[in-house]
Formats: sequence, structure tokens, C-alpha cells
Amino acid sequence: MTETLNLKPGQIKGTSGIWEMVIGLEIHAQISSKSKLFSGASASFGSDANSSVSLVDAAMPGMLPVINKFCVEQAVKTGLALNAKINNISVFDRKNYFYADLPQGYQISQFTKPIVGEGEIIIDLDSENQTVVGIERLHLEQDAGKSLHDQHPTKSFIDLNRTGVALMEIVSKPDIRSPQEAGAYVKKIRSILRYIGACDGNMEEGSLRADCNVSVRRPGDEFGTRCEIKNLNSIRFIIQAIQSEAERQVDIIESGGKINQETRLFDTSTGETRSMRSKEDAHDYRYFPDPDLLPLEFSNEWVAEIKETLPELPDSLKKRLIKDFGITPYDASVLVEEKEYTDFYIKAANGVDGKLTANWMITELFGALKKENLTLENSPVSPENLGKLVGLISKGIISGKIAKDVFSEMMISKKSPAEIVREKGLEQVSDDKEILKLIDKVILENQEKVKDYLGGKDKLFGFFVGQVMKLSQGKANPGLVNKLLKENLK
Amino acid sequence: MSSIKSIVDIPTVNKIARLARLEILEKNKQNLTNDLNNILEFVAQLNEVDTSNVEPLASVTGHKLPLRNDEVTDGNIGELVLQNAPETSSGFFVVPKVIE
Amino acid sequence: MSDFLKLDLLGASIALKNKEISSVELTNAYINAIEKTSSLGAYLDVQADYALEMANRSDKKIQQGTAGPLEGIPIGVKDMFCTKNIKTTASSKILENFYPTYESTVTQNLWNDGAVMLGKLSCDEFAMGSSNETAAKGNVINPWSKTNPMSPGGSSGGSAAAVAARSALAATGTDTGGSIRQPAAFCGITGLKPTYGRCSRWGIVAFSSSLDQAGPLTRTVSDAALMLNSMAGYDVKDSTSANISMPDLMTYLDNSIKGKKIGIPKEYTQDGISQDIMKFYESSINWLKDSGAEIVPVSLPHTKYALPVYYIIAPAEASSNLARYDGVRYGARNEAATLDEMYELTRGNGFGDEVKRRIMIGTYVLSSGYYDAYYLKAQKVRRLIKEDFENVFKNVDYLLTPSTPTTAFELGQKQDPLTMYLNDIFTVPASLAGVPGISIPVGLDSSGLPVGVQLIANSFDEPGLINVARTLEKCADFNLIPDGAAK
Repeated sequence: MTETLNLKPGQIKGTSGIWEMVIGLEIHAQISSKSKLFSGASASFGSDANSSVSLVDAAMPGMLPVINKFCVEQAVKTGLALNAKINNISVFDRKNYFYADLPQGYQISQFTKPIVGEGEIIIDLDSENQTVVGIERLHLEQDAGKSLHDQHPTKSFIDLNRTGVALMEIVSKPDIRSPQEAGAYVKKIRSILRYIGACDGNMEEGSLRADCNVSVRRPGDEFGTRCEIKNLNSIRFIIQAIQSEAERQVDIIESGGKINQETRLFDTSTGETRSMRSKEDAHDYRYFPDPDLLPLEFSNEWVAEIKETLPELPDSLKKRLIKDFGITPYDASVLVEEKEYTDFYIKAANGVDGKLTANWMITELFGALKKENLTLENSPVSPENLGKLVGLISKGIISGKIAKDVFSEMMISKKSPAEIVREKGLEQVSDDKEILKLIDKVILENQEKVKDYLGGKDKLFGFFVGQVMKLSQGKANPGLVNKLLKENLK
Repeated sequence: MSSIKSIVDIPTVNKIARLARLEILEKNKQNLTNDLNNILEFVAQLNEVDTSNVEPLASVTGHKLPLRNDEVTDGNIGELVLQNAPETSSGFFVVPKVIE
Repeated sequence: MSDFLKLDLLGASIALKNKEISSVELTNAYINAIEKTSSLGAYLDVQADYALEMANRSDKKIQQGTAGPLEGIPIGVKDMFCTKNIKTTASSKILENFYPTYESTVTQNLWNDGAVMLGKLSCDEFAMGSSNETAAKGNVINPWSKTNPMSPGGSSGGSAAAVAARSALAATGTDTGGSIRQPAAFCGITGLKPTYGRCSRWGIVAFSSSLDQAGPLTRTVSDAALMLNSMAGYDVKDSTSANISMPDLMTYLDNSIKGKKIGIPKEYTQDGISQDIMKFYESSINWLKDSGAEIVPVSLPHTKYALPVYYIIAPAEASSNLARYDGVRYGARNEAATLDEMYELTRGNGFGDEVKRRIMIGTYVLSSGYYDAYYLKAQKVRRLIKEDFENVFKNVDYLLTPSTPTTAFELGQKQDPLTMYLNDIFTVPASLAGVPGISIPVGLDSSGLPVGVQLIANSFDEPGLINVARTLEKCADFNLIPDGAAK
């Protein structure tokens, strides 16, 4: 039992001792371009099958790829945001394999010479701890189409709308040691991508997916054999899949087995991974430079121009929020997770207590939005109104407790907090005389308890506070109630 | 770097044919194996050339890769895309069932 | 022979513009010629009605004074070019029912300039071959054949045979390792492979993307210049297309070549070349010398490695380029229970032996464990070959070589793939270097078969190439017509 308690995140207690996870992630981020990476067809789909498809995407004979400049810019931008090396010369290779939704019979990708090289990012693990995760590379590649297997008993249906959409594959170093770290890493990457506008980061719609390479080892040992879990499209699944896969590997090794390097799928219904049958074939992708394309070359000047367009990034913003608003690093890291959060917060905290604003935004607002299944974008409470509410609390016009009621009302009516307070007469009572009237009444109605209290039952003090507050319908200033009660209960 | 020295046998032919998704009839395998070996032996002449300080050449063009603007200029031609397909259904290409 | 057929492209073009003849008359003459020479098998598909419709339109344009440079000129198109709503098969069973919904840039350029489309011409399957014998629809016969049917060469065998047989005024071809120049030499006509990047590859069925280049097959050098004037041009749809404008080649035809340096590479005159070819090669050297050129012996030391390099790179690219023929979106399909089985049967049945052989070689040389030894090695030696040309063009303006080691051979004579490959020994180096080359006929060998010589220029020097080729053409004065030509 004590041993279990000492386990660090990402460690597994097997029958033979403690195991550690080694995790590397390949994130596939769909670039937010209008058209595809190598064709002029629209990159947004959801429309009819095979409608966002050009002859190039359908790999008609003689069709040729022409690269999208915006996609190259986004890759460079992302590379800069990941503090990574930008390669002025990179090469597109063909990755050859047959699959129904891969019309060319190869995917155009970058193998030996990616557009972005090594970099690193800082991720927040909790309120105190941060860690650095290395980036191995980032490259541009084409997405594949979509196969539907459930439309017909013996046939698969192929839709090429997604075929050729631009992806950035961001490959981490095997620096990640726990499912939670993996989750934090994905969150951070997603946040950066959204800040710079390279990818909308929408995991539900598949704009951001991750392949997780997982292996286990004795702490400090060499890396073990890894398995790759393909295509995870939520942070929750990433965490679950890694945990379950690592446990599976520990079970196998401890029962004398060996891990086969293979590709696996995460079954969301069972919460377990399973081997991918279609990928059993030994793969030999026969990468070679795509002769339809030339090496991608650009100047340092161009990279510098792109750098100019970079917005302030989460890490720098976080520092600024801590400095300017006096909030905790943890609150700051939550608030910079999304660009919209930061924007909202800065508006809300304008001229009022920053710390209190952060609390209200993270606890109350996010909680209420989640409950109502809303996003910050369509929040009924505007940043200005949240700020005003915080102002009312700070000035002592309403108590924190009343503020919660006002907030609930704001979620429904969209009215300003002052308006609600006025309409409902919720202003805090901070007038000594008013409060003394209430105290007199409570003392009068609870003579027995007053005796007990005076006889030494100190704990009853809270009871009196409660009664006064109740009598004031929560409006009495709790500090004042305390003070005056103490003076009068003698 | 390894030099060219390889002999193709029938199992290799089977493996390569599988990678290339080519059905090779049994009766043709021996001939094909011989042909491949002859060709590979012929190209092995390249071993004579010292290329230790030579960069590989992938393209003879001297110009840079042109970049196009991000505009939607194509698509919405579902009919043309599907027109030559051996089998389609409600706008999809249809293939034998794939098991993942 | 019909008077119409006697006119070469330039002559016909002048006659059309002077309204001495109409395009409908000219086109009808060629449609008749196609019928008369149908036993040669040059055409896979004849578009007589469509051709006459185009000819009609051309005649109107000529009347209106809005004629393009090739207005009303009936030409044939190699079946590697995708032609809108006209069956395009690349001579392969796997594409037997493919009707492109688009037109290749090169053919579109020709139609825009007024050319009339007679039909699609046979070639080796996916342009892989040097005899046109790998065509799914059967052999093409060289109109120069005597008693036994001879090969027209390949892969643009149908194109060369049609132009030689006067069943097309000109034809398009594609050249990957000699597929325009070698058949042109075998059929006694002119074949020009431009600089890589000169003609757009968009809409041309790809064989080997880093080598494929479209070009014309014509009766004369002037005709080649006229055709290339229209075919060439920058195309934003082809990333490898060169954004370098080409001047009007017609204005370079008759310049003097006085003082031009012609390199004679020693590596092109080794064993295995027929005596007759050597004889005409030497005559050609003298003709150019007599025309004022300076003859300079040169060396391209890596020449002998061109074929091995080619037979690694071209199949490697082809193995990938041909992966799209999978029976899913177009072309033939063999039904099967599983996807992989469907692929294997479709491709096993749809591709012919030579194509399969090259896919196998290409797959092998790219596969894990062999990539460095074969593919990467070949790319390195390719650089050395390109550097050979760069070095030699520092000292000379053009190179003169034989086009082929032998004249046309009998159909079915070369059974062994390697022996067949050796046909391209003189044409492959220029392809690997991306430089332009032209084969022109200079005489007949002792068996009465045409002999061609090749001129090679530096990249993008088509104007100079045309100039020196025209000079040599005038000296050789080859104006014989094969027995198999339409009368």
C-alpha cells in the first residue's frame, strides 16, 4: 500500500516491481487553409461525398501537385512558435502504400528533410510543476480520404473529400512519461496552434489527432519495444489509451511475453487497445523524393517576415498575466490555454481585482458554461459584466454569496450585475444600525442558546452568524455581522 | 553504404509483387526472376563509379518550387470525378469491404 | 500520292493561309490516308467526324482572318496525352475504357493554335518500350518494312509510323529515355525532345516524372519548330514546368552556324554500332564542318552508366506513378472479395509483362535495404552524367551523336528485355541531363532503312538546336518516302 502511494504519475506497479512509461506523440494538425495542400479543391468538407475533390485529389492520370503557399507559411509559423529550427530547404517524398482512400497509391509527405527540425515546448503539469518536451520535427503532408465500412455488408464506400487536405505532423521526442503529461502536451500544442491560427484544433471534427507511441521500461533502463496507437481524437482518449496500453505491456512482459512492435487502435467502448489487422503486413513505404515537386526553398528574410506576424504566444502571455494581474501561475496557465480565454480575461479584469476575476472566470463561469454546454464564445455573461460583478464584490456592495445568485441570474438574463442587484434589492447591508436591529432580534429569539454560548459553548457563534445572515436574506455584510455579534454577545 | 550485390529469388519476387499489388502467375515467376536478375546485374555496373562525394540528383530543373495562393479554384465536380469509376453508390466509390 | 499529302506542315500551313486549300480538304485527305494505311496499326482511335468538325471551324477562322499558327493542320496524338472525352488508354488494358474529363495542356495548346485532331496513336504500354511491341492492342508496323514487318521503334511508335506513312501531318510524342528520337530515327522522320520543363506534363499519363517530356514528331525540322512553338509554354499546373519563355523557333531556322562548335563525344562511337550508321554519322560531321561549324572531339565520361541509371530511376518512379491504376476510380477492375485481392488481380491482369517487369524492378530498388545501393546510387551517378553535359557545354555549343546503335529491327526479334533496353543507349544520357535533343533522318542503310543522327543542345537552347538541325537537314537532303506510306 505504501509503495502504491509512492508511485509517480506514469508509473505502474507490476507484480515484479515498478515500471515507467515512455511516450512519444505524433500530432496531426489540419492546417486552416481554404484549399488543399496540393490542389485547389476546398479543404472544408462535411458536404456531399466526393464534392470537395479535384482531379488531382482523385489521382486522375497526368494530374500534378502544386503546393499551397499558405500551408507552407503555417508550417513555418508553427515551427517558430515551437522554438524550432526552420529548414530553408526541405523535400517532399512519396510514401508508397495501397489503400482504398489513398488515390495516388502514395502520400506526399516529408521524410528525410522536413520543413521544421528540432524544437521544444514547456508544458504545465499542475499548479507548481512544468516540464520541457522536445520536438523532433514538423513536416507537411497530405491527409487521406475516408472509408465507410458500415454502409454495405460486403463493400466499403470511399469519400475523397478529406484527401489531400494539408496536415502538419508534429513529432515529439520520447520525452513524455505519463498519460497526464501527454494530455498536457497535446493541450499546449493545440493552444499554440490556435493562437497562431495555423489549425482550429478541433479534435471532435478530427482537425487534431494524435498517434501515441508507448513503451514501458524499468526506471532508468533502455527504451522498450513500442506500440503505436493510431488516430486518437480526444485528450481523454489519449490518456485512457496510453494508460491501458502501458498496463497491457506490463502484463505481457511480466507473464514472460514479448512486445511486438505494431500499430494498435483504441476501442473507446472497451477502453482498451487492439491490434490493427489491416496494418499487419510488414510495411515498406519505399520513400523517395516526389519527382513532381522540387525541393521547397525559401529565404531567411521570408522566415523573418513570417516571424513578424506571430502573435504573442501562451508562454509570454502567461508571464504577462502573472505580472500585470497578480494571478497564480496555475490560473495564468489555464487562462492562456485558449486565445479566447486570455482575451476574455483581459477585458474582464480591466480595472478590477485580477485575482478575483481569475477565480470567478475559472470556477464560476467555466463551470456554468460547461453545465449549459456552452463555449466562451457564446457565453451569456460578457467579459465586461463579469468584471462589473467582481467590482461589486470588491467594493462590498454585494457579498460573495449574493454574487453567486447574481451570477446565476446573469447567465439567464444577460443583464448587467448592477441592474440585477438593483432590481432584486440585493445590495449588501453594511449599515451598523440595520445589522444591530437584526442581532437584537436573534438574541431575543434565542435566549437559551445565548446562555449556553456565554456559558462557554463557543461553537454556537457560527449559529448566531447564520441566523443573522438568514434574517438579512444573505445581504448583511458578513464581516460586520461578525464584529457586531462579538461586541453584543457579552 | 552497401554496394549492389543482390540475387533475386522467387520468394523475393513474391514479396515485391505483394508490395506492388501485382498478381504474378506461377508459370511466369521463374522467367520474371531471371529477367530481374539480369537487369539488376546490368545496373550493378554503377558499383564502378566512385560517388563518395556526390550529392544525389532528384530533379534537373534549376528553378525553385513554385507556391500557389490559397484559393478554392477547383472541386464540386463530383460527376466528373466519379464518371470513369467501375463501381459507385450515392456519390461514393465502392470497393470490396476493408477490415481495419 | 495525293497532292495534299505531299505538303509538309509548313507547306500546308502556307497553302491554308493563302486559301489554296481548305482544312476540310486536307483533313479528308488524311482521313483517307489513315484508312489506306490502317494495316500499319498506328492509330488506336480515329476521330474522323470530330476532325472534320474542327477542320470546318478552322476554315471559318481562316476566312475570318483569325487563324492560329497551326490552323487547320491535321495531327495525331500519342495515347499518353489525355484528351477530353476521347478514350485515352496509354496503350494499356488497365485503361481500356478511360475517357478523361480533361485535356492535357500540350494538346490544348495545339488546339488553341488551330490544330485538328485526327485520333490517338499507338505507343508502348505506358510508354515503356523501344519497339511499340508492348502496346496492348498489338504491334505497329514501320512503313519502311520490306519483306518482314519491322518495328517502328518506341515508345512513340504509332506517332513515328503515322508521320512517316503520311497518315498524320505531324504527331505528338513523349520521350522519357528516347521515346521520340529513337522511333523518329527508325521511321526516317524528325523527332524533337525539348528541355525538361519546356512542355507541361499536366494531363500526360506519367511514366517517369523526372524524365518525361513531350515533343513533336514531324517530317522536317521546320515542322518540328512550328509544332514546338505551340506545344511549349509555362504551366502553373506543373511545378516542374520552366517559367522561361521560348522565342519563335521559326526565326532561328536559317541562321548561319559558322563558328559554332560541335562536340563529337568519343563515348558514342563504340562497338555495336552498325557500319552504315557510322558512315552517315561521319558524313554528318563533315556536312556540319562544311557549313562552317568547328568540330571538337569531346568526352562525356559517364555515358556508359546512363542506361543503368535510367533503368533504376525510370522504373522506380514508374512503380509509384502507376500505383494509381488500382481499379477504384477508373480503368479496368477485376472483382474480388477483398480489396488487396482486387488490387492484385486488376493490376496483374491489366498491366502487360514489360510494365510489370518495370514495376517490379522499381519496387525492388526502392525497397528497404536496397534504396541506397540502387536508387540513391543512381541519383548520384545521374548528377555526374548531368555534370558531364554541363562541362562539355562550357566548350562546345552542340553535340552530334548517332540516334541509335542500329536501324529498325524486325518485330519479335528482340525477346530479351536487356537487349531491347540497349536501343536507347544514345538517347538516354540527354534525358537524364534534361537537355534537348533532336533526331533527324540523314539517309538509308544498305537494307533501305532510315538512319538518324542526334543533335543535343544545352538546356533551353531549342532555338540553336533547331538552327543546327535545319542546317544538317539541308545538307543530308533526305526526302524519301517509305513504301508503306499512303499514296
